[in-house]
Amino acid sequence: MSDAVADDVPLHRTLGLTDAEAARIVELMGREPTDPELVMFSLMWSEHCSYKHSKPLLSGFPTTGPRVVMGPGENAGAVDVGDGLAIVFKVESHNHPSAVEPFQGAATGVGGIVRDIIAVGAKPIALLDSLRFGALDSARSRFLFRRAVEGIGHYGNCIGIPNVGGEVQFDERYEDSCLVNAMCVGVVPQDRILSCAARGVGNRLVLIGNRTGRDGIGGASVLASAELGDDDADKRPSVQVGDPFTERKLIDLCLAMSEAGLLVALQDLGAAGLTSAASEMASRGGVGLSIDLDRVPLREEGMAPGEVLVSESQERMLAIVEPAQMDAVVGMARRHELDATDIGEVTDTGELEALWRGEEVVRIPSLYLTDDVPFCEVPRDPAPAPEAIDLSSMPEPDDLGRAWLALLADPNVASKRWVFEQYDQLVGANTMRRPGGDAGVARIPGTNRAIAVTLDCAEWLTELNPYDGGVASVLEAARNVACTGAVPIAATDCLNYANPEKGSTGWRLAESIRGMADALTAIGAPIVSGNVSLYNESPRGPIYPTPVVGVVGLLDDASTSIGTAFARRDDAILLIGHGEPRVDASRYLGRCAGSPPPPDPDADAALYRLLATCARERLLASAHDISEGGLAVAVAESAIAGGIGAGVAVPAGRRADEAMFGEGGGRVIASCHPSDVAAVSALAGDGVHVIQIGAVGGDDVVIDAGGSVARVPLHDLARVWEGSIPEALEAQ
Amino acid sequence: MSATRVAVLRFPGTLDHESAARAVEGTGGEPVYAHHEDAALPAGTRAVVIPGGFSYGDHLRPGALASRTPIMGAVRAHAADGGKVLGICNGFQILCESGLLPGVLRPNASLSFICRQADLQVADSGTPWTGGRNEGEVLSIPFKHHDGAWFGDPGEARVVLRYAGENPNGSIDKVAGISNLGGNVMGLMPHPEEAQEPLLGSVDGRVLFAALLS
Repeated sequence: MSDAVADDVPLHRTLGLTDAEAARIVELMGREPTDPELVMFSLMWSEHCSYKHSKPLLSGFPTTGPRVVMGPGENAGAVDVGDGLAIVFKVESHNHPSAVEPFQGAATGVGGIVRDIIAVGAKPIALLDSLRFGALDSARSRFLFRRAVEGIGHYGNCIGIPNVGGEVQFDERYEDSCLVNAMCVGVVPQDRILSCAARGVGNRLVLIGNRTGRDGIGGASVLASAELGDDDADKRPSVQVGDPFTERKLIDLCLAMSEAGLLVALQDLGAAGLTSAASEMASRGGVGLSIDLDRVPLREEGMAPGEVLVSESQERMLAIVEPAQMDAVVGMARRHELDATDIGEVTDTGELEALWRGEEVVRIPSLYLTDDVPFCEVPRDPAPAPEAIDLSSMPEPDDLGRAWLALLADPNVASKRWVFEQYDQLVGANTMRRPGGDAGVARIPGTNRAIAVTLDCAEWLTELNPYDGGVASVLEAARNVACTGAVPIAATDCLNYANPEKGSTGWRLAESIRGMADALTAIGAPIVSGNVSLYNESPRGPIYPTPVVGVVGLLDDASTSIGTAFARRDDAILLIGHGEPRVDASRYLGRCAGSPPPPDPDADAALYRLLATCARERLLASAHDISEGGLAVAVAESAIAGGIGAGVAVPAGRRADEAMFGEGGGRVIASCHPSDVAAVSALAGDGVHVIQIGAVGGDDVVIDAGGSVARVPLHDLARVWEGSIPEALEAQ
Repeated sequence: MSATRVAVLRFPGTLDHESAARAVEGTGGEPVYAHHEDAALPAGTRAVVIPGGFSYGDHLRPGALASRTPIMGAVRAHAADGGKVLGICNGFQILCESGLLPGVLRPNASLSFICRQADLQVADSGTPWTGGRNEGEVLSIPFKHHDGAWFGDPGEARVVLRYAGENPNGSIDKVAGISNLGGNVMGLMPHPEEAQEPLLGSVDGRVLFAALLS
């Protein structure tokens, strides 16, 4: 990187600021900024910190509702779940660091999202991950996949938060730009929710946790707000290094301080470190903050003030503490074997000030950093509309059973057990439905309620038709949650896109956000937090637009949750829901092409209500979303999970492969005692289609598709589905 | 009659103390936390649980630093008097590092962390730890560890629990849990505190906590 910095290149450009932005800074400040100030502007005005490309588009999201306790803008959003408790959650990306150094990149991604949750005063109770890598026949992708999973496990296991779900996908489009999105869920009594807003002139600014070093300098601007290229190895110093043991102590300390009422405000140090944390706290509270950089505990000698201000050293929090509580805070930190250092105070100036060796090196109105970034209008050039797949042009498979097994062996469809077995799914003894089903289900500690959580995305559909893709991403996640019997109550999103200034990416971003917003409104699940990651693009091209959606659902009675596994011989198998199976954009088609019919949020909402009612009445023994691989894969997965075979006959009137493997609509495979079929149908009424298509039992899974019959021993389905990913990794 | 008092140890990095305390409570005992720097167990302690986690971040070796803390001196004295000690996962590692149980826990043969529900076979029904279960009976209890392959001389201990079916981690003799020859100190890699409720899938872990209180 240093080669690129010629003497005559102005500093602002090497920091990633445009000439216009530099001019705007001088105009705002009424003078030339100091070097540390310019560094701070460059980070805070980076896409990663400011969302300058995406923020104007995000305003369409529904963010309010009867359950919303705290919406977007704080460290994480919070929703009311009864008993005076709130569930707090957020999903965040750590894509660029993971592409450069997958183990630490993914590990610190977990660390960062957990600190967002503890900053609200909440106790973290669940983790999830959404991962995307290149195809597994690439050595580089196998390396990134292996190491990112190890990194997530290394960090998550050591901090004692159960990993309850997520998703993993593989596609060449993520070869250079893998995606690592992590979600954390926490719980907090509503009267103990902490804000990041600094308050009270004269209150102390306290840095808690790790010492500050040179790791992660410029992570937000150099790494996360630009495309990756061939010189990525040079960016490795911009990746932070995680220390989960310190994070665990930090979690315990922050919760203990919050419970003792010692904190006025709390904020985690993430991208842009102290600069971002302090300016957010000052702007949000409408106050100023004065920092004495000489008091910041450093890990190494010779750091420049600008480096101290933007270091992204991990496991640090910034708190506002009343002077009278300082002794208690420092004492409590010492007992947790951590530092808590008074580094400054709240002022009434509205400015961020920094002293270094007794001299003022920074004085910036904090709003300049947080609110005055010049927004960028993204170009919105539509891509041509895709054409529907002409099924008659596709040869029909000779052997449906073989096609079925091939689909189960697709790493995108196959069991992800190799991944989630590396994560502690159980710590805390509240996990009721482990990873591998539609959604993870965890009891809310100390209550009889439970949450169901999942992460999902329909990236192929978003590429082909971004509005529909945005809708489908929301509905797929919500449907997963609904299949456990939970009522979807709120959502978080992580928008992973390519360079918004190129091609149709900006259009796809805008359209998919519009689709997500409409779907979220229709199903009554507001967005309470979110994250945007742009520039996921390399010289070889952009990623698919990947709007990952996390949905949280609530079960008022934890014992009513439903799993995906067939449970009893002779149970009836039901097909519930709406929409027609199509090969367009399906895993069976195997490529991102076609034009599926638009998803239907209102019909999906009716489906969720039916599932929730059936759960409350304890009518269903299992429920499983039909998604990738279609009906045949959903039936196989429920059979494998239950260790019992099944026989179904799919509705006639279409080609056998389309009926078995087609995707689309909002369809669920459920099972129930034969005597309960009538009750389920009665509850469904005219609003939701319910048909009985077969029964549980036998050693084979049999599908009769209009007279063409596929019969495969359960054992073979399981072997292929379970073995695919380990074999892909071991064969090399 | 007051409940039997059980000390639940907490080191920096211990993770399972809350679920272990809940299991003690669910079995009718009274859990009391004891901390690494304490020189004595809480007054009236009848039994000790060392829960799982990553004490001291697994620095040096899992359990190595925790085994040298003041509280472990008190646990040694408690065990020498015949008091019961149950070490779970990292607690098992700490007991081996302390010399209260023979052998060591090596990294899994796969060199990966593994989290899985497991069938454990009762290998020795003569210790208190499996209640009235007969040899060969199976308990369904989850395990989750990176360093869980017990390596040692089975002749120096009593093998209480073995993994049924395939050996998941490469431990000698498929060992999942052992006790000392005296039978009062028990260590196992699986997590009985996470198999206490039908809601979570299994209640087979109750037998170990019942043994602790008997």
